[in-house]
Amino acid sequence: MQMNRKVGAFAAALSMLAAFYSSAAWSDWQMNMPRGVTTISSEVYGLHMLILWVCVVIGIGVFGAMVYAIVKYRKDNGAQAAKFSHNTLAEVTWTTIPAIILIVLAVPAAETLVKIEDTTGSELTIKVTGYQWQWHYDYIDDGVQFFSRLDRDSNAARRRGSGIDPSTVENYLLEVDNPVVVPVDTKVRLLLTSADVLHAWWMPEFAVKKDAVPGYINEAWFHALEEGTYRGQCAELCGMDHAYMPIVVRVVSREEYDDWLAEKSRPALTQAD
Amino acid sequence: MSTTAIDVHAGHHHPKGVLPWIMRWVTTTNHKDIGTMYLVFALSMFFVGGLMAMVIRAELFQPGLQFVDPHFFNQMTTVHALIMIFGAVMPAFAGFANWMVPLMIGAPDMALPRLNNWSFWLLPFATLLLLMTFLFPGGAPASGWTMYPPLVLQTGNAFPFMIFAVHLLGLSSIMAAINIIVTIMNMRAPGMSLMKMPMFAWTWLITAYLMILAMPVLAGAVTMLLTDQFFGTSFFTAGGGGDPVMYQHIFWFFGHPEVYIIILPAFGIVSQVIPTFSRKPLFGYAAMVYATAAIAFLSLIVWAHHMFTVGMPLGGQLFFMLTTMIIAIPTGVKVFNWTATMWRGSMTFETPMLFAVAFLFLFTIGGFSGLMVAIVPADFQYHDSYFVVAHFHYVLVPGAVFGAFAGAYYWLPKWTGHMYDERLGKWHFWLTAVFVNVTFFPQHFLGLAGMPRRIPDYAVQFADFNMISSIGAFGFGLAQLIFVWVVIKCIRGGEKATDQVWEGAEGLEWTVPSPAPHHTFETPPVIK
Repeated sequence: MQMNRKVGAFAAALSMLAAFYSSAAWSDWQMNMPRGVTTISSEVYGLHMLILWVCVVIGIGVFGAMVYAIVKYRKDNGAQAAKFSHNTLAEVTWTTIPAIILIVLAVPAAETLVKIEDTTGSELTIKVTGYQWQWHYDYIDDGVQFFSRLDRDSNAARRRGSGIDPSTVENYLLEVDNPVVVPVDTKVRLLLTSADVLHAWWMPEFAVKKDAVPGYINEAWFHALEEGTYRGQCAELCGMDHAYMPIVVRVVSREEYDDWLAEKSRPALTQAD
Repeated sequence: MSTTAIDVHAGHHHPKGVLPWIMRWVTTTNHKDIGTMYLVFALSMFFVGGLMAMVIRAELFQPGLQFVDPHFFNQMTTVHALIMIFGAVMPAFAGFANWMVPLMIGAPDMALPRLNNWSFWLLPFATLLLLMTFLFPGGAPASGWTMYPPLVLQTGNAFPFMIFAVHLLGLSSIMAAINIIVTIMNMRAPGMSLMKMPMFAWTWLITAYLMILAMPVLAGAVTMLLTDQFFGTSFFTAGGGGDPVMYQHIFWFFGHPEVYIIILPAFGIVSQVIPTFSRKPLFGYAAMVYATAAIAFLSLIVWAHHMFTVGMPLGGQLFFMLTTMIIAIPTGVKVFNWTATMWRGSMTFETPMLFAVAFLFLFTIGGFSGLMVAIVPADFQYHDSYFVVAHFHYVLVPGAVFGAFAGAYYWLPKWTGHMYDERLGKWHFWLTAVFVNVTFFPQHFLGLAGMPRRIPDYAVQFADFNMISSIGAFGFGLAQLIFVWVVIKCIRGGEKATDQVWEGAEGLEWTVPSPAPHHTFETPPVIK
């Protein structure tokens, strides 16, 4: 009876661990962080998996001891209580080993953090301003700026009693009218601020999250390695429509970016904004 | 270690009628009565906050907005947290402190009995102030329980009520903390040195110091919000030269010790329950005391780990990452010591022990996710997502709340004189333990998959785990009704409880009759 319980628990744990290996972004039943598409995001993913595995191994050890004790040292099995309440060797061991594990975790974490904080050497700077409830982007070197709001279809469907099934809306709550466009393989620096309350700019596939604070200019950067369309959301409670100000970044080839920039730079009459 | 049997009625007359009954509870200075009031109040607030959680999970059951508008949803998340923290969990542990600390140290009552009465009665008034804001135009506060400016300054009529309620709740805690410290430091029975005190008394002593350090800081923070709103100051308003981030520092300087204020008494209860049902002394008593003190000290220098994305210099991020990680060491020591207490014991699994063991497992899971969020680059992905929601609910619910349930089942026979219904207790336990995991474990996945927190609606790929989580929440909520039934049934009757109640129980509280007489230890016992 006890063996079956343990085998069952182990099988369950194994199948859960197997699921962690799927890191396809935006899939149903997604259980794990995406590896992402930037130079930093895979390091962040690696750190996450490292601590996760460390915790799993420690967990197996600690929970294993607990389960063993619960099964073996029961009064109705005839177990007699020992009287000890000290064991210096054990206590020293279980204080020093965790300390060593922490050092093993802290070193790569600090290294990655130092890299993340280095915003120098960027080729493109975009000023990002959070508003209630939309984002404003300003390509300050090129004079291109626009608001980016929740897409019309999502905005209609999200109303209470709209009668529209969210699963019929493509990229429900994750689509905007004017996405951010950046060239691939380019270090892009973001200057973040807010025009009203706190917001936060979160792009899971870039491993970028930074608060937009009124009165501050925060810096973040990313260097995307794969073309594609990436979606994120505001990550700091900013009032009523906090859930309805998503972020869309299109990473495109250098040529496509130049075309887009030229198109956006043209006078307002010819723009579709 | 005898108790003189006191004639409760000597000097009192008991006229019939509702008003005298009410006045007895309004004016009582008896630690047992006040403890009971704290516990009854806490249980009621648990259901009030729980109802709000049900509204939240009902809305999140499916994508799309079905039941409430986003602004009301934000009111729910905000007040759910304020009520659970300040109305349910903290008063519950204050109730345990009131009932048990004097009994455990052989004191006749708390050092300051009238202050004790006021500490309690502030609570219903303060929560009424907060809850009545639901009826105001603009509704209740909706800026999150953390009340960050500038958003919180957009709160309407509810604003001054929220500030005042927070002040009163803090005042109640500060006065209770003073009472506990003075009682423990001055009124221990002769022979009970500090290092002979039960762990529950130790954890409350340390918690009380943390409360005195932390609560006034919260009062300062919300007072600055008040003056920014009404008296033309600009502490946190960028336009006036102020700094919204400074609020976060001040708030979390309170906020982090606050979460340890919440959990340390639960640690103390678990340290009483596990040795009793293992029939074995607590492993490493001194280490447990030092670990608790270390956790409390460290809790004062980690606050900015709640703010890693705010735009902090590298040095600050590294400092707070390292201090936060270090807390894992004393916490691990405690988990290992509890496990070592069970090791080669002779265990039985009555309901208090079930809750204590579940605490050990599930709080440890919360501790693991806590270690994960301490790692700053990874926290950039976890922060303000459902991963954090999962983490803190694991340490708060199967952590603090299970600790409270363990204590309730453990001491109910001492309070009422009756054994509670063990079958019902086990039903409560198993349903609660299963559903708490169904509710909160999937939330780890939601956070990792990219779902932010504090949102009433979400992208379609988050639907599956949200549905599972909501089903778990409904089950969890219903299961708590069993607890109410257990308590009421136990008060009204049941198998008569002995003085000692539990075979392995040790401590002064088990030397007095069950139910404990209204006045105990009028003559202090002598500890050998």
